Amino acid sequence: MSVVTVGRVTRSETPMEGPTAERHGHGLVQDEPLIFELGGWEKTGVDLPEPSLDAGDLAGLTRTAPIGLPGLSEPETLRHYVRLSQKNHAIDLAMYPLGSCTMKHNPRLNEKMARLPGFADIHPLQPQSTVQGAMALMDQLSHWLKTLTGLPAVALSPKAGAHGELCGLLAIRAAHEARGDARRRVLVPTSAHGTNPATAALAGYTVTEIAQTPEGRVDLADLAAKLAPDIAAVMVTNPNTCGLFENDIVEIARLTHAAGAYFYCDGANFNAIVGRVRPGDLGVDAMHINLHKTFSTPHGGGGPGAGPVVFSAALAPYAPRPWLVSGPDGFALEEHQEGEAAEAFGRLCAFHGQMGMYVRALAYMLSHGSDGLRQVAEDAVLNANYVKARLSGALTAAFPDGPCMHEALFDDTWLEGTGVTTLDIAKALIDEGFHPMTMYFPLVVHGAMLIEPTETEPKREIDRFCDALLGLAADAKAGDVARFKEAPVRAPLRRLDETAAARKPRLRWTA
Amino acid sequence: MLAVIGAADIDALFRDVPASARLAGPVDLPAHQGELEVERALGRLAARNRPAGAGPFFCGAGAYRHHVPASVDHIIQRSEFLTSYTPYQPEIAQGTLQVLFEFQTQVAALTGLAVANASMYDGSTACAEAVMMAARITKRSKAVLSGGLHPHYAEAAWTLAHSAGVATTRLPAAVDHEAAVIEAIGPDTACVVVQTPNVFGTVTDVSAIAEAAHAAGALLVVVTTEAVSFGLLKSPGEMGADIAVAEGQSIGNALSFGGPYVGLFACREEFVRQMPGRLCGETLDAEGRRGFVLTLSTREQHIRREKATSNICTNSGLCALAFSIHMTLLGQTGLKQLAEINHAQARRLDRALSGVPGVERLTPRFFNEFAVRLPKPAAEVVAALAQRDVIAGVPYARLAPGAGMDDVLLVCATETTPDADIAAFAQALTEELAR
Repeated sequence: MSVVTVGRVTRSETPMEGPTAERHGHGLVQDEPLIFELGGWEKTGVDLPEPSLDAGDLAGLTRTAPIGLPGLSEPETLRHYVRLSQKNHAIDLAMYPLGSCTMKHNPRLNEKMARLPGFADIHPLQPQSTVQGAMALMDQLSHWLKTLTGLPAVALSPKAGAHGELCGLLAIRAAHEARGDARRRVLVPTSAHGTNPATAALAGYTVTEIAQTPEGRVDLADLAAKLAPDIAAVMVTNPNTCGLFENDIVEIARLTHAAGAYFYCDGANFNAIVGRVRPGDLGVDAMHINLHKTFSTPHGGGGPGAGPVVFSAALAPYAPRPWLVSGPDGFALEEHQEGEAAEAFGRLCAFHGQMGMYVRALAYMLSHGSDGLRQVAEDAVLNANYVKARLSGALTAAFPDGPCMHEALFDDTWLEGTGVTTLDIAKALIDEGFHPMTMYFPLVVHGAMLIEPTETEPKREIDRFCDALLGLAADAKAGDVARFKEAPVRAPLRRLDETAAARKPRLRWTA
Repeated sequence: MLAVIGAADIDALFRDVPASARLAGPVDLPAHQGELEVERALGRLAARNRPAGAGPFFCGAGAYRHHVPASVDHIIQRSEFLTSYTPYQPEIAQGTLQVLFEFQTQVAALTGLAVANASMYDGSTACAEAVMMAARITKRSKAVLSGGLHPHYAEAAWTLAHSAGVATTRLPAAVDHEAAVIEAIGPDTACVVVQTPNVFGTVTDVSAIAEAAHAAGALLVVVTTEAVSFGLLKSPGEMGADIAVAEGQSIGNALSFGGPYVGLFACREEFVRQMPGRLCGETLDAEGRRGFVLTLSTREQHIRREKATSNICTNSGLCALAFSIHMTLLGQTGLKQLAEINHAQARRLDRALSGVPGVERLTPRFFNEFAVRLPKPAAEVVAALAQRDVIAGVPYARLAPGAGMDDVLLVCATETTPDADIAAFAQALTEELAR
């Protein structure tokens, strides 16, 4: 038993069992085994007192076999995770131009604020009189979101963008059902992100696709033709996944409403228009906002996100619980639906949503203000158009005419005859020190490369990225195919065999 | 830059926006502020909340206050973890991917099941996804939810299931009757959903429920909201669960007023291709070195679109990382000891409250939380004790106002609950009930 009961556990020990790590590192990159190959089964890196009472009263209900998880001391733990961290690309390291993902800088003030005990150490169910500041923060965040979108209501609780889509569609469904109008289909453009049709299906709808024009926008004639009486909603991303503003959006909304359907806007790309355009002015009925995109909460290697949904007056009564209300005794959370609220669709998740993300997002909003947020959109669009202009000579822009919004989309026409693919370009960019752009999305463009620099990239870094990509383009056209097929050669690992991983999945460590 | 673009000004880049929708100036919100001002503004809001650690505090019911070692928060704030995206380019995301592989292994071991995914939004949405997954596997369209299931979980499951045409039967609130679900199993039952420890804190061996469900061709979904209990109690897998879901907040993550948290999701091997969410798998690189990738993505929305197993696009990556680091520091030895301390503190709380006249414990077997019946409405007592700076727990009626349990209070103690606070709680409760 190596549990130390006095003082901090900072002493490393050689594990009693398990293979020793044969591999080592090179330069600053260390090979690192799994914790299961490093730790001791009896070791722990935390110093806990002995329990003051035994668990004899739970006889027959307790585990009999060991769990099977090793422990590491604190220094071993730090080293394990620091070594692993150094195998990740990060925004703080270099440009991360994933289109539609909005990998912007994450201000550290946001992190500091979210960790204040008054936000981090409060329980979702403690008496509401003791969390008035938390509810005031939710109220302020709601005010900013409503004002920026020009819509009168917001549901804060959705935990991610796709969760927000679900929230919006369920409210739309509840609104139709309240009128006894059971509609069965949702219209989604072919360029939509996969979550749109997946969400529509989850909300009980079948999906019909809307065609796209050669200019990369919703085909109005096709939309009008498909707006049948059983269409519950039209889901449009704006700016869309081609990086273009839907210039017919007001007409899309009008046609949608004329058909008795609601207009859902996927707000994943709100970053491009925040402070300059209010979706409410465009006729939008519901839109989710990814706080982890537009409002800079960190992506954290894949979450947590937050996806509040703003609603028009028509849909506001159908928003999910809980609601924030203000009364003479301060703020209160309406956690149960009664009376008029009984028409709403219910509860999306336990408690009140992603408070930690609300704090970060509000810190970002207060820091930028109405003036700074407007500049966010302007700089994001400026940077994307600069990328488009710099690369268009060598690459082929998917929609060369006119400006793009926050991201520049290229197809793979320029690679024809080179033997090099979009995937190869992406992998070669890794060797140049950059994270690749979004590739093969949207599906409507062949070999798509979607580049979103965001507003927080300095011009110098954007130029570095463009120079690297132009260099690769020259190499590809010069016929240096082998270099691309080998890439990456400078990353911690070479290309990984994803087919083998899926064929015989190994999803956990086994001895 | 404008010259390179060939645009006269910024406005020219927004020319596709209809003129009627272009805002001429900033919206009606305050102008930007410096870091000091923002800190002051948010600090003022934070100061209007009473942190759990500021005095006696006994709330559980799905969110738990535990001590998180300092190194956990240090590591998750490293840029390479904090500011990276979903690991779509595995060659430069091995850090995140190896963590997810280790996380999946940890969750599988804790739940006693073969496979776990890379996390869900939280426990409640994991529960809802489990119901949907059971319906896909069994091709049946009904789910039975126990009366001990956390009411928020039951409501979240209803929302998702209802929208997809899966009916849910929610049994009446019951402190100690998870097995009531057996009576409700019918030929079209896809799954029964039980919770242990349940929302009243009751610990149940669900093995008999598993047998009954399986005999009827239904699956058993076991929910756990207090992940530290895995250190002491029989695992869901050991008791026959087909799917185990849990709230992982307790390990590595702050209370944070309800989120962000991290959902744990595990199942038997044969169901892996019906799982929602992301999965990380082991493979080799072009030089034969071990590496990790996201895998089985043909289940997911970006490939399958409307035929996907779920619309999930995000997991709870950073919270899963915090969970995994804390779990690595604990190891099985530390987790067991932590669980024993929690149980011991809850027993001390029980002893103290049992000495308060008029207070009756309802929960027969508990881990670190239990329900008591008070001689007054629990909400009134909680409000009164809050005036004395004692956060006394969660009135069950706050979770389910119509259950006829207005006098039931849910209380919890963890390793962070000092004996002196337990004594202060008992003293204040005694005085309040005597008024």
